[in-house]
Amino acid sequence: MRDFVDMPDARTRHEQGLTLSGISLSRNGTTLLNDITCALPPSGITAVMGPNGAGKSLLLRVAHGLIDADQGLVLWQGDAVTEEARKAQAMVFQKPVLLRRSVEANVDFALKVAGIRHPSLRDALLNRVGLKGRNKQPARLLSGGEQQRLALARALATNPKLLFLDEPTASLDPTSARMIEDILREERDAGTKIVLVTHDVPQARRLADDVLFLTSGQLHCHQDAASFFQTPDSPEAARFLAGHILN
Amino acid sequence: MGDALHLAGQLVLSGDPDLWEIVLLSLRVSLIATLIACIIGLAIGSLLAVSRFRGRSAVLVVINALMGLPPVVVGLIVYLNLSRSGPLGFLGLLYTPTAMIIAQTILITPIIAALSRQILEDLNHEYAEQFRSFGLSRIGQMKALLWDGRFALLTVALAGFGRAVAEVGAVIIVGGNIDHLTRVMTTAIALETSKGDLPLALALGMILLTIALVVNGFVQSVRSTATRAAYA
Amino acid sequence: MKLIPLILAALAATTAQAADSIIVQSTTSTANSGLYEAILPAFKDTSGITVNVVAVGTGQAIRNAENCDGDVLLVHAKPSEEKFVASGGGLERTDLMYNDFVVVGPANDPAQVASSAKISEALTKIANAGALFTSRGDDSGTHKKERALWAAANLTPADASGTWYRETGSGMGATLNAAVGMGAYTLTDRATWISFQNKSDFKIVLEGDETLFNQYGVILVNPDKCPNVDATAGQAFIDWLLSDAGQSAIAGYKLDGQQLFFPNAPK
Repeated sequence: MRDFVDMPDARTRHEQGLTLSGISLSRNGTTLLNDITCALPPSGITAVMGPNGAGKSLLLRVAHGLIDADQGLVLWQGDAVTEEARKAQAMVFQKPVLLRRSVEANVDFALKVAGIRHPSLRDALLNRVGLKGRNKQPARLLSGGEQQRLALARALATNPKLLFLDEPTASLDPTSARMIEDILREERDAGTKIVLVTHDVPQARRLADDVLFLTSGQLHCHQDAASFFQTPDSPEAARFLAGHILN
Repeated sequence: MGDALHLAGQLVLSGDPDLWEIVLLSLRVSLIATLIACIIGLAIGSLLAVSRFRGRSAVLVVINALMGLPPVVVGLIVYLNLSRSGPLGFLGLLYTPTAMIIAQTILITPIIAALSRQILEDLNHEYAEQFRSFGLSRIGQMKALLWDGRFALLTVALAGFGRAVAEVGAVIIVGGNIDHLTRVMTTAIALETSKGDLPLALALGMILLTIALVVNGFVQSVRSTATRAAYA
Repeated sequence: MKLIPLILAALAATTAQAADSIIVQSTTSTANSGLYEAILPAFKDTSGITVNVVAVGTGQAIRNAENCDGDVLLVHAKPSEEKFVASGGGLERTDLMYNDFVVVGPANDPAQVASSAKISEALTKIANAGALFTSRGDDSGTHKKERALWAAANLTPADASGTWYRETGSGMGATLNAAVGMGAYTLTDRATWISFQNKSDFKIVLEGDETLFNQYGVILVNPDKCPNVDATAGQAFIDWLLSDAGQSAIAGYKLDGQQLFFPNAPK
């Protein structure tokens, strides 16, 4: 029933996407992630869905290597996610973490960490997220939507091969949400692998190529988006899509 | 009090060269001590803010406790080391402004380290995940925290400077309160008090307070201007 | 880091000292009276040597000199000075000048000390009355003298420490401030008393007993033991103090028309 679930295989590294094998994590005796195994394709947008408390954000952090799982293995294109490997990835958090600096300094910081010096690249990024000419403004005085767009620009600055986003458009204004969705489509089309946590079903319908569905730290199904929204593999997913409240 | 105020005003207005010498030495000694203490203390504070290791909480307890170092004890320790019969006696630093800078640096480095550690750790709490996502090195983390926390850290530096410029116990032992060589505001106040010239002692105290006010006001205005201009 | 050279430069600037200068370990009684400000410029003019005075209690001054932290010792506790010389800490000790100790107390003189002729009588009255007395309690020359005076009167005020006998553990000025603050008697050298400006209603209640004589001596710190000692400049200062020029400079220092120190160097 798990269409996509398969273990690392004989495909070339480049063809291998993001592989999670047997990921378990518990804190203070509570199981937060329970033996999660899946293989995400090397491109396209994977939506991670499920009710509040399902462990979606936690799974994203484990996949990005921000949190070490108690058990299990995370591989991106066949390699473990080391500090160095993480530089080829990026993450946008639900609540953007912006440095107490100007708009452009936030982008410059990411460029500098990645060892890139390129002012025109920075301005192109700001232009792309609709922050053209806002270079010198304090980042933390931007509106919520602008802050999230800046966080996205900063994440894209290093041209990541793998981009994680945790509820990036939750409680944003429609203009910012649309702009972010447009950029995500462009990035996917350019070959970036995107893993997006969202509980916004319409957004997942618009963007997702495949869907992971979790409740209570348990992976219930992983299937391609079209079939997920038509005939979900798990009864929990069906109830979730029907608008029921799941525990 | 009235006498002292009047006298303080007179001293300042008359441009008494002895007074200016003492004031400038006080500022020179305490500002250099603060600068060195900031370099050492901020390095320690930022390192502790981003590090987790066994015995860390014990280190924090020690550094926090060292904030309460009695100046006289610091003075005595520095004296025993810089004395001609002490291990560093060959340097000939006792009874020089350098000895006073060393004593004050030792006195306030724990203050800078402990307070900056707290501020930077709170800031790191917010930034840590993002830094990890960037794959930022520990040094890179420390530098970014120090830069982003710089306005809050200015207050830390001021706390250190305030303690340095106001203490008398350490500098009177290692400086010797020598006229035209190591006499600073606080030792001059102690001297005038022991001469029973309480109005003059109080007047000098008022001038010291004024200096502290001017330095604090200056830093505060720099801070608020810079904060308003570019950062939130 | 551009800061490092900046700091080094700043440190270097602060260590630069006058080429020819000596450190004199001396007592608060001489320094607080203003004697050095009065006589040192004349010495500087003739010799070009800067004299830096560290004013602490006699006990601490001797200990600092034992640690080689000074070139010349100028204090007032003859037995301790002789011990210092005998142990090799210093070269020859020479009498330099004297003044005397006095007992000061509140104007109403609660223990009726003023009617005494002898210091032993005065101290006995104070002890019997349980009148407040502040002691230096800091092993200074004055403190040593005071203890000797109590012992000569067969009294052990230390038993009453904390009640009527109060040891401040501080310099002469601080002890006088404390005495004035609590209305207590105290023993002080005359020079400090004359120059003291917080007298309130205090006055001298006993003076003139010959046992209150206060002799100052001067000693060159032993350059063989302490190679850092500038023996040439230190000896030049001592020679000048003992010369006619130095002696008359000491005699010439007056405050409120009163002579504070009486030169008595051997001819």
